[in-house]
Amino acid sequence: MTQPPRMVTSAERLRRLLALVPYVVSRKSVGLAETAVAFGVSERELVDDLNLVWCVELSSPDPYCPIDLSYEGGEIVVSQAESIARPLRLTADEASALLVALRMLSEVPGDRSATSRLIAKLEAAAGEAAAASAQVAVQIEVPNEDGVAQQIRSALAAGRRLHLRYYVPGRDEATERDVDPMRLLVVEGRTYLEAWCLLAEGVRLFRLDRVLSLEVLDVPSAVPEDAEHVDVDQGLFRPSDSDVLVTLELSAEARWVAEYYPCESVTELADGWLRAALRTPDTRWVRRLALRLGEDGRVTGPPELVSAVRQDAAAALALYA
Amino acid sequence: MSKRRTERLLSIVVLLLSTRRYLTADQIRAAVHGYPEPYDTFKRMFERDKDELRDLGIPLEVGVNSPLDDEPGYRIRRQDYELPEITLEADEAAVLGIAARVWQSAEFAGAAAGALLKLRAAGMEDDDAAAAPGIEPRLRTPEPAFGPLWEAVRDRRPVTFSYRAQGRSDAQRREVEPWGVVNRRGRWYVAGHDRARNATRVFRLSRIEGPVRMAGRPGSVTVPGDADVRELVRDWDWSPPRDHTAVLRVRDGAGLGLRRYALSTEPDVPGWDRVTARFGDVPWYADHVAWYGPDVVVLDPPDLREAVIARLKGVLA
Repeated sequence: MTQPPRMVTSAERLRRLLALVPYVVSRKSVGLAETAVAFGVSERELVDDLNLVWCVELSSPDPYCPIDLSYEGGEIVVSQAESIARPLRLTADEASALLVALRMLSEVPGDRSATSRLIAKLEAAAGEAAAASAQVAVQIEVPNEDGVAQQIRSALAAGRRLHLRYYVPGRDEATERDVDPMRLLVVEGRTYLEAWCLLAEGVRLFRLDRVLSLEVLDVPSAVPEDAEHVDVDQGLFRPSDSDVLVTLELSAEARWVAEYYPCESVTELADGWLRAALRTPDTRWVRRLALRLGEDGRVTGPPELVSAVRQDAAAALALYA
Repeated sequence: MSKRRTERLLSIVVLLLSTRRYLTADQIRAAVHGYPEPYDTFKRMFERDKDELRDLGIPLEVGVNSPLDDEPGYRIRRQDYELPEITLEADEAAVLGIAARVWQSAEFAGAAAGALLKLRAAGMEDDDAAAAPGIEPRLRTPEPAFGPLWEAVRDRRPVTFSYRAQGRSDAQRREVEPWGVVNRRGRWYVAGHDRARNATRVFRLSRIEGPVRMAGRPGSVTVPGDADVRELVRDWDWSPPRDHTAVLRVRDGAGLGLRRYALSTEPDVPGWDRVTARFGDVPWYADHVAWYGPDVVVLDPPDLREAVIARLKGVLA
């Protein structure tokens, strides 16, 4: 498939040009190919950029060209850059993007020294632009009872296998398994261990607050080469078409359900009620959720699930008779 | 994309950076190629060019060279323009790589990429492949309200939006002086002063319906010196201390999520344990207990018992 040509505004291109010159200056000379990759443009676009910069001409009052450069033999050299040899300062948005992310990172237990040093350097370099970043805060939950997060980080660093006792609330089960740790993920405010599970023979995610206990084993971790990372940018839980399609009706009190669980569709009904549809491979947790919601939620499909929920409620109620 | 416009803007930047004197619009026009002949057209283009440069964060300074000048001029002070020297150690560059990926598909993704580009332009060498310290945090901003609210907070402007509070079936108009945005447990909130209620309020972004509109000029919001937005959101999301005690009958081998936080567990009637646990408030704990269905019976206190029964009856209603 051919990509349509990207539309770049004059401002965006100017931003790139003002970074391009100092990029080359700070490296003395640098390859066209490598530079194109760093700036996310094609070599042709890069050459257009270089030509544009080289063509800048000022009359004050006699015409002169303030910038001189060449890219002969694929090596860019800027021999004269005048006033734009240094990059432009960070904007408030740019400084905030990095500082907010770094402050979030520094909440994860483990060695934080590089993070703290980097925060200090960026704050100093950004100056006033760093001020607005204080108006954005991120609080993450890193359960660190018994140093779970820290143990995982050291197992990752040392390449060791872990033994986990892990709680699965939907099934109300404690499972035992050996896993080879791959990464620690912090997504939607929660911390997960991504690991190769020897029991399931696949990559699995484990929520740290559901780890009942953990032991670093004296066995080297051996993640198979073809083990693929979970694509965190696509959402951690991607339903498959073979999953069961569950439909729920939720009162205004229970609207949180549609925010909390990834839904396939959400429709507004009368009086603040919602209809939500979601896919799941295992419906046992939905039965439990229905009991929790009581009159604020109704499971409307599939029919087997509707009757299972009623049976669960009747059986539980019988215990109070 | 206009190549000529980019060239003109770049020329203005180079020109104004290399002058110590303020240059008037006419002097700029004389030095820079590409402005048209008719004076009115030139003035309009020049105004747009100035806005564009300021939007990029270029510090255009306005002033006069002597008190006798009646027309102000422009210049860019180098110390205001240039990113100060910054050198990163290898481990710092690795952490920077992780931080720049945090916003991957979110509101600040472009800003993070822009910052990285400037730091590379300052000489930073970052090799993504080398940076694998095994941690990958992500922040998402699926709420459309995030962008305008951040701008409002950054530029200190009041906003109006329509908000559906928890448990309400209709949305209400709010006018708010936003002090900050906070992500707690993966959800975005804005904290600030609610003008109509004349009180401090916290709003969850996912409950804002429709557009967020600016309701005042930049700089017109004053954030109180003692306002701590993190704390405001934490208080809003407050859960009561666990100072009540529940006695539960829990089926053997079941109710692990309840047993995990038990004060004591002892055998009860055959097939069941008696579990004592602490809880904060009845509705919250009743939700938690009802989750376990026929594997748990509340023995005490009576209000918790009634609350669980009400949920179960609600399912059958």
